[in-house]
Amino acid sequence: MNDLSVANTTIQKAFDVEAIRRDFPILSQQVNGKPLVYLDNGASAQKPLAVLDAMDRYYREMHSNVHRGAHTLGDRATTAFEGARETVRSFLNAGSTQEVIWTKGTTEAINLVANGLAPKLKAGDEILVSHMEHHANIVPWQMIAERTGAKVVPIQVTPAGELDQDSFNSLLNDRTRVLAVAHVSNVLGTINPVAEMIAQAKARGVITLLDGAQAVPHFQPDVQALDCDFYVFSSHKLFGPTGIGVLYGKAALLEEMPPYQGGGEMIERVSFERTTWNVLPYKFEAGTPAIAEAVGLAAAIDYLSSLDRAAMEAAENALLERANQLVETVPGMSVIGTAKQKVPVMSFKIDGLHPSDIGTLLDQQGIAIRTGHHCAMPLMDFYGVPGTARASFAFYNTLDEVEQLFTALQKVQRLFA
Amino acid sequence: MPATEQDFLNNPLGENPTLEDVLDGFEFLDDWEDRYAFIIDLGKQLPAFPDDARIEENYVHGCQSQVWLISHFHEASGKLYLLIDSDAMIVRGLAAMILIALNGKTPRDLLATDIDELFERLDLFRHISPTRGNGLRSMVGKIRDIAAAETAA
Repeated sequence: MNDLSVANTTIQKAFDVEAIRRDFPILSQQVNGKPLVYLDNGASAQKPLAVLDAMDRYYREMHSNVHRGAHTLGDRATTAFEGARETVRSFLNAGSTQEVIWTKGTTEAINLVANGLAPKLKAGDEILVSHMEHHANIVPWQMIAERTGAKVVPIQVTPAGELDQDSFNSLLNDRTRVLAVAHVSNVLGTINPVAEMIAQAKARGVITLLDGAQAVPHFQPDVQALDCDFYVFSSHKLFGPTGIGVLYGKAALLEEMPPYQGGGEMIERVSFERTTWNVLPYKFEAGTPAIAEAVGLAAAIDYLSSLDRAAMEAAENALLERANQLVETVPGMSVIGTAKQKVPVMSFKIDGLHPSDIGTLLDQQGIAIRTGHHCAMPLMDFYGVPGTARASFAFYNTLDEVEQLFTALQKVQRLFA
Repeated sequence: MPATEQDFLNNPLGENPTLEDVLDGFEFLDDWEDRYAFIIDLGKQLPAFPDDARIEENYVHGCQSQVWLISHFHEASGKLYLLIDSDAMIVRGLAAMILIALNGKTPRDLLATDIDELFERLDLFRHISPTRGNGLRSMVGKIRDIAAAETAA
């Protein structure tokens, strides 16, 4: 055996998609009499056994409230919970666990930051977002703008679905206080050149937030290398449970921000004369947290770390490449979002068909995709469509499933012809 | 062009085809492709919808696609006539099915029609997603509200 074949065997061993699929029990079922083909990972990803088992074990063996310290179960729960925080810190390469705050998800994380930055904003200040943002990275800023008199300004998108850097350069100015953009677009799959944009923003003292919800399922970000002030993502898109997400924030900024919600856990001392806040990260974690969910998210990250990430990314790219090759086999089909740098997400339309028609008839064939505006109405307006159909792939999808999607789309197209 | 009374009266759905015609045709089909082809064909029978009626007031919320609905109460016959439009073909087909069941009835007869039973008979709720199920319910809900308002008037 020569060196090359040894290397190939190693890669196959590290990334055997059929073996990986066995880790996801939900995938091996029939839907409408057909084997499920799950291509709605951008909306929410499926969970490996490792996550289900970790959460089950947590509830069977260690559940109690955290940070109370009076008994053994409380210690176990706290150890698991804070261990999960360390897992997330390591995943993001954050400097410290005090910079990792649990939230309900990406949406709450952005709302928390927007509220926390409100005291720094005044009339005339500008918050730069982009035309391709999810509503969760538009509306919280609009609400804060309303309160402070600041203005939300969108960076333009090119027809290919990339952030228009000329537009960014012309909009970044002395009034800009915040730059909040998606690391990866949920509709288009575009990987935005965020490191360069952050560097430019930093040069002007602008505070930066990256919405990483659609990035983390496909690659691992390094928040210190990116040098962003905030990075946010949701567990459920990262193969973890629903109901929990992460806000990474630079400690100095988090220290300056007021608490988001008041209650238990987030206080140091309460009296009717004066209440003082707990230290980071607890200042932003009022109430009993989602403990089992934190444990589940950590299990998801550990599971991903056990895989060969490079092989996984190569496999995902192969899925997108195959999909791109097959587009021409469906009459009238066109792809929306053709950026050079993309995660395996394909938004598309078929002439004469409404996205909901496509989704319904794919579902009949056991294929799950997302249809609609994807919580990105400004982007839909830009492309002049009521919505798109979106197939979003994960590493557990197979080339065969990509082919099934296109065979099914040909059938849909014939039904309406 | 605004809708005239004649536009409403010209909508044949409910008389041609009748609900029995459709049920006979539909229940005979057992694979999803034929059923959806049937629904899509029904959608093609929806009468033209006036452009100027595609306004917020006539918009049916709760559907994935855009749906508009207008009605006209025909005093002489005491019957309620309906027109529905959508930009999605399957929804147009389901709207046609609803019109076949409910169009051109007196408000009292309309309210007495058990539409859920009909959909179950057509096995529609099993074959359509819950979100679309909700859209159908929104359409039916709006029609029943209109009928109830007419009986109260």
